[in-house]
Amino acid sequence: MISERLYGILIDSFWKILLPGLKVTIPLTVIAFSLAMVIAVIMALIQFADVKVLKHLARFYIWVIRGTPLLVQLFIVFYGLPKVGVVLAPFPSAVIVFSINEGAYGAEIIRAALESVPKGQMEAGYCVGMSYLQIIRRIILPQALRTAFPSLSNSLIAMVKDTSLAANITVAEMFMATQRIVARTYEPLALYCEVGLIYLLFSTILTKLQRVGEKKLDFYGYNRR
Amino acid sequence: MLEVKGIRKNFGNLEVLKGVDLNVEKGDVVAILGPSGSGKTTLLRCINFLETADQGTLIFDGESYDMSWMSRRDIGALRKKTAFVFQSFNLFLNKTALENVTEGLIVARKMQKEQARKIGKRALDKVGMSDRYDHYPHQLSGGQQQRVAIARALAADPEIIFFDEPTSALDPELIGEVLEVMRELAQEGMTMLVVTHEMNFARNVSNKVIFMEQGVVVEEGTSKEFFGNPKEERTKAFLKIVTGES
Repeated sequence: MISERLYGILIDSFWKILLPGLKVTIPLTVIAFSLAMVIAVIMALIQFADVKVLKHLARFYIWVIRGTPLLVQLFIVFYGLPKVGVVLAPFPSAVIVFSINEGAYGAEIIRAALESVPKGQMEAGYCVGMSYLQIIRRIILPQALRTAFPSLSNSLIAMVKDTSLAANITVAEMFMATQRIVARTYEPLALYCEVGLIYLLFSTILTKLQRVGEKKLDFYGYNRR
Repeated sequence: MLEVKGIRKNFGNLEVLKGVDLNVEKGDVVAILGPSGSGKTTLLRCINFLETADQGTLIFDGESYDMSWMSRRDIGALRKKTAFVFQSFNLFLNKTALENVTEGLIVARKMQKEQARKIGKRALDKVGMSDRYDHYPHQLSGGQQQRVAIARALAADPEIIFFDEPTSALDPELIGEVLEVMRELAQEGMTMLVVTHEMNFARNVSNKVIFMEQGVVVEEGTSKEFFGNPKEERTKAFLKIVTGES
């Protein structure tokens, strides 16, 4: 069924696809997602704490980012910004766009989680003499992040797959590597299925990690009310 | 020790407190009684600044404060001399029993961890929770959670503890263990201001009773007088209903 030639191509290409996966897709995801979480927590806290002017800026940022396609955002930064003298290499462009994009979605997830922490937690903190920031950092935020963890894990898995869009701005990640091999061998069905399976492998590992993480975070039975 | 004068509070158009006065001496155990909606919880929350009163004066340890216009620093300083026990416990859900008790000491009072743990354990022992130091709130029953909350209050070595219906969220069979702890505190001379529906507590443990309705104090007096010889018609009617006596 599978000819010897195709078999050879699949075996041969496996490492050629996986390697950029390990060297580009994963670092891109890890860096961008970490930055996104920093942005998300800051944006969520600004809204939660009702900080005057900044709150509107946060809303504006979330509105724009969530309302425009990721691919368009990539094109604006990589192909558009050089017009005004901002020339960025492909990888940094991708990091910037993915973190800003995910930051907006993450902000909404974390804001909702912050709001889901019972009001009494804040009051109890005040009553034992803690300041607002102390209560946020030590009581509210840890509980909110626990609540947000499954949704944020989802976002992380989504981002691994979305990094394939970076091929469009010449980032040499897994999907671009596959496209190159397809162009040379002309086996699109087999090769795109192969790269799909590698993405599936990555997602599966992350899903397993999510389970482990949830178990670990659940040690105080927070969700077993 | 603690005196409140002319406290008023509106929620929108609803007048919840219409000029309430209150006086607590050191060692007093004051029970605040009244039907729901009478403003007793709001009174307690205003005294600890969880709500901001529209008007009123607070005198604490001889210092006088305008309750409608408090600086954050004054609020912080006053809260360090007081403690609050909530109806719904409000233990920190991400902290163990012991951490719940030590959190305020370590973070707010900058106490050394070791010393805080020593005080925390002593407080938990006192409320009969010595075998539950490392349990999280959700691993504890309501009565146990409320006892941890009382330990958290005690650990701060407060001059007065406010209790907001401490047994109202508990299953009937768990109420006793919490009341027992409160009774012990009362006997040791802790000053307490207790909003409650527990008539036995008000009658037998507290030495003063304040009866509120619709945002005003209807009657106040010693527990003996209040239960034995109520003056106001409204008080008599209330007592008849809650004690089930004719």
